[in-house]
Amino acid sequence: MERRATFRAPLLPWLLVLPQLLIVFVFFYWPSGEAFRWAFTLEQPWGGGREWVGWQNFLEIFVSTHYWASVRVSMIYAFGTSALAIVIALLLALFIDREVRGSRGWRVALIWPYAVAAPAIGMIFRFVFDARAGVFSLLNAVSPGFWDPSMNGTHAMVMLIFAGSWQLIAYNFVFFLAGLQSIPRPLTEAAAMDGAGPLRRMRDIQVPLLAPTFFFLVVINLTDSFTNSFGLVDIMTGGGPARATDIMVYKIYSDGFKGLDYSGAAAQSVILMLLVVALTFIQFRFVERKMRYR
Amino acid sequence: MKFPVTALAIGAVLSLGAARAEAQEKQKFTWWYGLTGQLGEVMQSYCRNFNASQNQFEITCTGQGEYADALQNTIAAFRAGAHPTIVQVYDVGTTDLMLSGQYMPARQLMSENGYQVKWDNYISSIGNYYATSKGEMLSFPFNSSTAVMYWNKGTYRAVDQEAPPATWQGVEKAARALKAQGHACPIAIDFDSWQHWEQFNAIHNLPMATKGNGFGGLDAEIQIAPLFRQHANTLFRWYKDGLVQVRTKAGGRTLPESFASGECAMMMASIANHAAITRTAREGLDWTPAMLPLYEGHSRTNSMVGGASLWVLKGRPAGEYKGAAAFLNFIAQPQQELFMAQNTGYIPVTRAGYEGIKQSGFYNKPENHGRDIAVESLLATEPTENTRGLRLGNFTQVRALYANEMQAAFSGQKTVDQALDAIATEGNKLLRRFEQTYRGKTLP
Repeated sequence: MERRATFRAPLLPWLLVLPQLLIVFVFFYWPSGEAFRWAFTLEQPWGGGREWVGWQNFLEIFVSTHYWASVRVSMIYAFGTSALAIVIALLLALFIDREVRGSRGWRVALIWPYAVAAPAIGMIFRFVFDARAGVFSLLNAVSPGFWDPSMNGTHAMVMLIFAGSWQLIAYNFVFFLAGLQSIPRPLTEAAAMDGAGPLRRMRDIQVPLLAPTFFFLVVINLTDSFTNSFGLVDIMTGGGPARATDIMVYKIYSDGFKGLDYSGAAAQSVILMLLVVALTFIQFRFVERKMRYR
Repeated sequence: MKFPVTALAIGAVLSLGAARAEAQEKQKFTWWYGLTGQLGEVMQSYCRNFNASQNQFEITCTGQGEYADALQNTIAAFRAGAHPTIVQVYDVGTTDLMLSGQYMPARQLMSENGYQVKWDNYISSIGNYYATSKGEMLSFPFNSSTAVMYWNKGTYRAVDQEAPPATWQGVEKAARALKAQGHACPIAIDFDSWQHWEQFNAIHNLPMATKGNGFGGLDAEIQIAPLFRQHANTLFRWYKDGLVQVRTKAGGRTLPESFASGECAMMMASIANHAAITRTAREGLDWTPAMLPLYEGHSRTNSMVGGASLWVLKGRPAGEYKGAAAFLNFIAQPQQELFMAQNTGYIPVTRAGYEGIKQSGFYNKPENHGRDIAVESLLATEPTENTRGLRLGNFTQVRALYANEMQAAFSGQKTVDQALDAIATEGNKLLRRFEQTYRGKTLP
């Protein structure tokens, strides 16, 4: 039989959750509601009035080549960052799990980067990748004009992906390491006794058993890349050169706050919100369900 | 009996003091500005000086980051009813504010508070930028600038072109000669529309848009002037030939930094950079500002003003407007204009201020050499329909569009002509959207 805690007074439970509900309402539902309202109007920045325009803002976005270019670069950034961050974090976690020399120290060192704020990372990587003064300027010394993220969009995107994944690696690493350490030792030990080498054990036992962690991280990384990349882009490229790194969140910011097109930005945020909701739904629907070990 | 007298005197002083303190219940008001660093400190000293100069009002000044941040923050505060009395708004924020109607017109504010202002004293190319189509000023020009050419005399001496050329043909000749000597960066540009597109059109008396650059209505359309099209293509060809280098913040070195370090021998930038270049120039850098070059066969019209003006917003308690008027009267005094010129790279905004600064011998000092060029450039002619200013909506986005498209052209993704066409078509979409947002409203 199911056990349930029940309240006698019908009002009491509501009063107990009220503070939480209020906070959620003020900081989430209210602004989101405003965004929806603005998305269907043309809003005058100084608040002189608004005009209901129906779906016009969305239609303008969907026929705008710049918007689709922004979606494209957001995808490239999100998938590039997630793939790089997951693969490298997995390798690092496997090494640490094997207790390579100094792994205690490495463990702490690898968790650190997640605590560094994105703008700080952006500043540091801007120096690292600077075409004239950074580490990469060595490439230019060998072959002039080889590396220039300020003029070449691909270079700028590569630079952003490196910086973005550098931070995510730390996050992923923690989850992978926890996942690896929760794999029952007897499994790997039995495989070792059967003569499976370390690589074989990684491929056939550890990595498959990490599948739930893996899917979880894919969704979290993608969501994070779509929404949290603002700080990096703002510091490192400002969306340029020639919109090559104008990812969706940054475009919302520059159209809305810099360009004072509140309605267009609101419509774009609604689309982004739906995308993130969809990703979260996928996570709950498919990933959070218990995965069965074969 | 000495003691009682002293006591009486002390008592009298104390009670007088109390009475005065009561009378000194100062009227407070606020000002938000959009300048940072050393310029922000200058703004703060304006406030300190104003507070020290009188005892009726007390101004509180708050820096809100850069221009764009200041505007965003003010709009957010305005919508929440917590806005400042006075706000500094940059040139392209002008059209939005004018259409909003949420400001107290400069003329009305001053006359209601009993100040006589000689409005025709303002340099006309400055005053008109912030005025109605009939020439009635709505805000107070404050920190103002215009674009000039910076010329490295020392470097160009090597090719016998110590004096800055007046024409683009002259610039090309000098730059080619310098390039032939192996100089890496005869000319530096960035993708800032202000000095490279807007000012180019102004000095050549070319329109940016129909309807008198938008003064005649919100249905104006952006036009790429044929001469500018030719010029943009020329710059790109020079870039390919190695005469021009691109220097942007993303590339690690901005235009003024590249010029001050002596790396690049010519750039076009705001006169406001004069102070910073003087301060940071490499030892022995021999340079001068000059008017922007013209194409041969064209006569010069006045360049456009840049910088920001001070707007007084509606919706504050009546008493604050007395303070605002007093402050705006204070900053318009000639000695305050001198203060601005001495402490920043900005230029005086009134004729009296300019004459006063000139007579004080300010421009003869070596560190201020050539700063009067900017005023001369603004005064070159009376403003024409093409040079009095811009009333184009969403113009921050149009500037971003210019930067993106030119960047695409210079990185070889499209031709310069394609980029310019995109600026016109995309820019017009932005203008139409703006027109629709303010449907039924007209510019004052």
